[in-house]
Amino acid sequence: MKGFIIKEFYHIFRDVRTMVILFGMPVVQVLIFGFAISTEIKDAEIAILDYSRDNMSLELSNKIISSDYFILSENLEDESQIEKVFQAGKVKEVIIFGDHFARNLEKEQSASIQIIADASDPNTANLLVNYTTGIIRNYMAEKMGEQGMPIEIKTEYKMLFNPELKSVFMFIPGTITVLLMLVSAMMTSISIAREKELGTMEVLLVSPLKPIQIVLGKVIPYVVLSFVNAITILLLAFFVFGMPVQGSVILLLAESLLFIIMALALGIFISTVSNSQQTAMMLSMFALMLPTILLSGFIFPIENMPEVLQWLCNLMPTKWFIIIVKDIMLKGVGLAHIWQETLIIIGMTILFIGLSIKKFKIRLE
Amino acid sequence: MEDYIIRVENLTKKFGSFTANDNLSFFVRKGEVFGFLGANGAGKTTAIRILCGLLKPTSGNIEVAGYDVSRQSNKVKKNIGYMSQKFSLYEDMTIKENFRFYGGIYGMSGKAIREKTEHYLHKLGLEKEKNTVISSLPLGWKQKLAFSVAIMHDPRIIFLDEPTGGVDPITRRQFWEMIYEAAASGITVFVTTHYMDEAEYCQRVSIMVDGRIEALNTPEKLKEQFRVDSMEDVFIKLARGQQ
Amino acid sequence: MRTILFILQKEFIQIFRNKTMLPIIFVVPLVQLMVLSYTATFEIKNVNLFIVDQDNSPASRNLASKFKGSPFYTVVDFSVSYIVAEEALINNKTDQILQIPPGFEKGIISHKESNLQVTTNAINGSAASLMSAYALSIIKDYNSNIIVEQLGLRHPPDPIRISSAFWYNPELNYFTYMVPGILVLLVTIISAFLSAMNIVREKEIGTIEQINVTPIRKYQFIVGKLIPFWFIALFELAFGLILAKLMFDIPMLGSLGLIFFVAGVYILVTLGLGLLISTLTNTQQQSMFLTYFFMIIFILMSGLFTPVQSMPEWAQWLNKLNPIAYFIDVMRMVLLKGSVFSDISKQFFSLLGLAVLLNMLAVWRYRKVA
Repeated sequence: MKGFIIKEFYHIFRDVRTMVILFGMPVVQVLIFGFAISTEIKDAEIAILDYSRDNMSLELSNKIISSDYFILSENLEDESQIEKVFQAGKVKEVIIFGDHFARNLEKEQSASIQIIADASDPNTANLLVNYTTGIIRNYMAEKMGEQGMPIEIKTEYKMLFNPELKSVFMFIPGTITVLLMLVSAMMTSISIAREKELGTMEVLLVSPLKPIQIVLGKVIPYVVLSFVNAITILLLAFFVFGMPVQGSVILLLAESLLFIIMALALGIFISTVSNSQQTAMMLSMFALMLPTILLSGFIFPIENMPEVLQWLCNLMPTKWFIIIVKDIMLKGVGLAHIWQETLIIIGMTILFIGLSIKKFKIRLE
Repeated sequence: MEDYIIRVENLTKKFGSFTANDNLSFFVRKGEVFGFLGANGAGKTTAIRILCGLLKPTSGNIEVAGYDVSRQSNKVKKNIGYMSQKFSLYEDMTIKENFRFYGGIYGMSGKAIREKTEHYLHKLGLEKEKNTVISSLPLGWKQKLAFSVAIMHDPRIIFLDEPTGGVDPITRRQFWEMIYEAAASGITVFVTTHYMDEAEYCQRVSIMVDGRIEALNTPEKLKEQFRVDSMEDVFIKLARGQQ
Repeated sequence: MRTILFILQKEFIQIFRNKTMLPIIFVVPLVQLMVLSYTATFEIKNVNLFIVDQDNSPASRNLASKFKGSPFYTVVDFSVSYIVAEEALINNKTDQILQIPPGFEKGIISHKESNLQVTTNAINGSAASLMSAYALSIIKDYNSNIIVEQLGLRHPPDPIRISSAFWYNPELNYFTYMVPGILVLLVTIISAFLSAMNIVREKEIGTIEQINVTPIRKYQFIVGKLIPFWFIALFELAFGLILAKLMFDIPMLGSLGLIFFVAGVYILVTLGLGLLISTLTNTQQQSMFLTYFFMIIFILMSGLFTPVQSMPEWAQWLNKLNPIAYFIDVMRMVLLKGSVFSDISKQFFSLLGLAVLLNMLAVWRYRKVA
C-alpha cells in the first residue's frame, strides 16, 4: 500500500510539465486576478468637442481630465469626427460643450453639455456617463455657491466584509474552488483512465491489493497535492493581497478536505464511465471546468442569471463550496451558519461514491 | 562493390555520454534478407532509425540505396519502406483509405495506387474488407496490411523493426512468406527480431551486443563458428560472453 | 502540392469519422453562446433588501414603499432590529440593509437633517458599488420629493443641462457587448485545442514515425494538418455569427468580409500556438493542460469580461502578446461600430506578426524534435 502511494507520487512528480502547470497555475491565476483584473474604471480615454472654448468650459474640461477616471485623448473640431474616433476604438466618451458656455451659464443659467458614450461596452459607458455627470454636478455646486438642500437626508454607506471593495476578495474563493476541482477531479479521472488504457489497471486488479486500497492509493497523492495548492493560494491571498481569514482556519481546512474528497469521488466516477484518456479529458473539461467557472458564482453573480440556469447552479457542488469559503473567510461565521451547504456537499460525495461502486460492480460482472 | 545497397562505415551515435552505436561497420547486399539481431537495448532501433534518416549519426559514413543518409535523407526516404514495432496504420481509416494516403504521400499516381491496392487486397484475400476501418481487424491482418502498405511504392529496401511482435505462429509464417516474396522481387529486406527461429530464415545475420556488432555471417557459418546447433545458442553464447 | 492534398483528405476523413467531432463542432458553439451569454454579466437586475424601520412613521413607510416600487429591488423582510437584519445578510438572505433610525420623520418635519444607513454585502466589490448607487438614486429622488411636498418649492432647474447619449447600443444591452467576444472564444478553443491535440495524438499512437520515414516535407505535413482546422474554425465563426444574429440580434454594422479576413489571420495564430504546444509535449494530457493554462491567462487578460484600460501598466504591456485581446477588439469594433480596416490596422498587423512568429517557432521546434 505504501509502495503503491509512492508509485503514484513518482508518476506525478516525474512529469515536470504537469507539475509546473499544477503549481504554476494557481500562483499565476491568483496574481492575475489580484493585480490585473479589476472591474473598476480608470484612465478611460475621452475626447472633447468644445464649441465655446471660454474660461468656464476650459475650467470644467480640466476638472474632468484631471480626475483619475479620464485621460484626454484628443480635442475635436466638429461632430462628424465623433463617429471616426469611436470607430478607431480608443476613445470611450465624447463630451460636447454647447455654444457660449460661460455666457449662458452666468447670464441665463442654462448652458448645455452633451455626453456621448461608446455603449458597445454598456457597463463602461454607463459608469463613465455617471462619473462625468458627477464631476459636472460638483462643478455646478461650486460655482453656484454651496446652497445646500433645505431638507437633507444624510445617508451613511457601510460596505460589509470588504470595505475597500477589492475584487480579489471575490476571486480568491473561486480560484481555490476551481483549482481543487481541476487537480482533484480532472487529474484523478485522467490518471485512472490512463491506467485503464495502458492496461496497467488489470495488473493492479489481479494483485493482492483490495480494490479499496487501489483507489485510496490513487487518490491520496492528489489529496496531498490539492491541499498544498489550497494552502499556497491562502498564503498568497493573505500576504500579497491582505485578504483575511475571519473565521476558523481549522474549519476552512476541514471544509476544503471535504470538498477535495467530493471532487475525487466525482473524478473516480468520471473515470468509471469513460474508457479512454480523451473521453475523460473531454468530460472533465466540459462537464467540470465550464460549469465550475460559469455556474458557480465564481465571477458572475448567480442571482442575475435566468431561472433555468440558477436552478442548474444548485446542482454544482462548486457553488456550495464557494459560499462556504466566502462565509468563513470574509464573514467569519462558524459551522452553525454553513451546515446546510456542508450537508449538500456530503450528500454529493456519497452519491458519487455510490454511483462509482455500482458502475464498478457492473463492470466486474 | 555495386552489389551493396547499404554501406555503413564507422557509425557512432551518442546520446550525451551514452554510446548507443559504437563504431558499426557492415554492408548489405542487394536483394538480401538481412537479420539485425540483438538484445533489448543493444542499439538496434537506434541504428535502424539512423538508416531511415529519422536520427542523425554522431559520426560515420552511411549510404542507403546509394545516397548519404545525413545529407540526402529525402532521396533515401523515397527509396525505402519502413514498418515499425508500433502498429502504424491509421486505426480510424479504412484499408483502402490507408493505401490511398500512404501511396499519395510517396507521390504515386492515382492509377498506380488503385492497382497496387487491388493487388495486395487480392493477395491477402481481403477484397471484401476494403471499406472496413482498421481498428476492427485482427492484429495479424493489420500486420500483413502494414507490410503491404510499406512496400506498395516499390522501395528498394524495406526496414522492418520487430514486425512480428505479438503475432501467432501461423501468421508469423505467412508473414515470412511475404518477406521472401518481396526479396524475390528484388527488394532488400532489413529486419530486426527477437525470435531466433526467424533468424534462421535470414540469409545473413548480424548480432549486436552493447552497441557493437559482435558477429556477422550466414546463420550456418555462425553456428559453425560458435559450435552450437541453433541461432538461439549463438545468441546466448555471445550475450553471456559479454558479461 | 499533391502531397498536401493527400494529407488533407486523410485529415478530413479522420475528423469526420470521429464521433465526438461533430457534436463538438455544432453543439459546443450553441451551448457556449447560450450559457456564456446569459451568465457572463455583471448587471445587477435584482437587489434583495432588508428594511429596518425603527421610526415607523408615515415618512419612513413612504421611503420603504419607494424601494418596494423600484424595479431593481425586492424587499425580502422587515424588522425593527438591525441585528436580525445583519444575521440575514450573513446568511445570504439579503444583499443590502436599509436602516431608518428613530427620529427620521422628526428630522424631516423640523427641516433639519435626517439620517439613514445603507449596509451592503461588499464581497463582490463591483456589485456592491452598483447596489449602493441604486440606493443612492432612490434616496435622492425621495429627498427632492420631500422638498417639493414640504416646502412647496419647485426644485430649481440645473444651470447646466446635461444630456447623454449611448451610441451603438442605446439600450445598454449587455449581450451586444458579450456575444462578439464569446464568438472569439469559440473559434479560439476549437482551433487551439484541436490542433494541439492532433499532432500529439499521432506521436502517441506512433503513426508519426511512419510519416517521418516517407519523403514528405515537414512543411507539407504541417500545412496539411492545419488547413482542415483552419476551415473548421472559420466555419465555426460563420455558424456562430448566424446564431448570434438569430438568437441575440447582434448588430453587424461593419463588413463581414473584413471580419473573416482578420479571422483568417487570427486562426493562424491560434493554430500556430497549438502546433507549438504539440511540439513541446508528448501526451495528449500534457498538451491539454498546457493549452488550458495559456487559454485561461489569455482569456482573463483579454478584456472579454473586464475592461483592459483599468489593468495596470505591466498587464497592458503583456497584452500586446495576447492574440485574443486583439481579435476581441476587432470583433467588437467592426461588428458593433462599423470600424473599417484603417481603424483596426494596428490589431491586424500585430496578429499577422504573432502568426508569423508562432508558426516559425513551431516549425523550427518541430524540425528539431523529429
